[in-house]
Amino acid sequence: MQLRFVPPLLLLLLCFCFVPATSRAQERPYFVTYSHDLEEPGNLEIETKTALARPHGSNLYGATAMELEYGARAWWTTELYLDGQATAKDSAIFTGFRWENRVRPLMREHWINPVLYVEYENISGADKAMLEVVGHDGQEDLTGPNSEARREHQHEGELKLILSSNLKSWNISENFIAEKNLGHEPWEFGYAVGASRSLRTLSSGRECAFCADKFVAGVEVYGGLGDTWDLSLHDTSHYIAPLLGWNLPRGMRLSFSPGFGLTSSSLDRVYRAGLAVELPQIGSWFRSSKGGVR
Amino acid sequence: MFTLVLPVAVALASSRLLDHVPAKDHGRPNPLAGKSEAVQAGGFLYKEHCQQCHQADAQGDGKKKPSLKTDRVRSASDGDLEWFLRQGDLGHGMPSWSSLPEAQRWQIIAYLRSIQ
Repeated sequence: MQLRFVPPLLLLLLCFCFVPATSRAQERPYFVTYSHDLEEPGNLEIETKTALARPHGSNLYGATAMELEYGARAWWTTELYLDGQATAKDSAIFTGFRWENRVRPLMREHWINPVLYVEYENISGADKAMLEVVGHDGQEDLTGPNSEARREHQHEGELKLILSSNLKSWNISENFIAEKNLGHEPWEFGYAVGASRSLRTLSSGRECAFCADKFVAGVEVYGGLGDTWDLSLHDTSHYIAPLLGWNLPRGMRLSFSPGFGLTSSSLDRVYRAGLAVELPQIGSWFRSSKGGVR
Repeated sequence: MFTLVLPVAVALASSRLLDHVPAKDHGRPNPLAGKSEAVQAGGFLYKEHCQQCHQADAQGDGKKKPSLKTDRVRSASDGDLEWFLRQGDLGHGMPSWSSLPEAQRWQIIAYLRSIQ
């Protein structure tokens, strides 16, 4: 069952082995919330985000989203997600892809920095990555057998307004989410709010794995806000999730987050883990030395 | 012709941005100035975050990624440089480093001063 996930994981491990020692992921350890920190231009970040949970009356599942994030410009990041999941006593399947773009409309840093986010999703009803919670999403959406759930195709557009501030050593981010199934479905709304901070603000100045400045701690809260047919908190899911990020040598980053459901529609617990590596200036790998003007 | 004009244009654009640093930022001193450990840590941070564009010798690539060993950088105040690191120059490819803790931006500036 797990064998279908082996090729992408092997690819990721190979990337980790051959990544230049100077590259460095510098993102927040959020799993759902976005900050205004974009990918550095020319860099590619490869990350897996895995969610483990067991809905009431159903089997344990693990859903992984593999994320390829490229800094197209200093003000524009484009990203491709490939989603899959494996459910115990069921099957492991590919559940679709998402393509998103984040753009900073203001070229200066302000107290609150807006980012516009546009995403197209082509996923099946079996997708369980929970990269956002919107509308009346609940744990009953995660209980159906894969053979049935995968027949439901979801072509969705998603808009987010990301507001984010880096104040002193803290990041505080708020996301407002509007998602629309491109069929005859209502707009669904959601939110995500996060705060995070390095455990030590001064750099230790050396390549150590366990120095306090290598750790970022935080918390995020996210959930659904109903839809245009029922704009209420009735039957909505909400979660609170402490976060821990660990910047490892060679540009790798590990993140971990246990999430706790706050309503009866929510999963009791969802455990998330992330593994990321940043490949610097990959555009220059394919560019000749003479034609190198970006 | 293009390869000659581009680095000049980028350097000029960044210089112009440095001319617009708010007075309160311009006058801010580096609290870590002159501390050898800050220079060492700044060198480490430079290697992690800056070197991929500005090169190990801080001379840039001679194209879009400018040298940091220029009269304009030398004459800028520490406050100017901290403001510029925080703001970036998104329109010309320089990301904002507001995601770094402020103390680490000062460490980078301590290092930049040491290599001028």
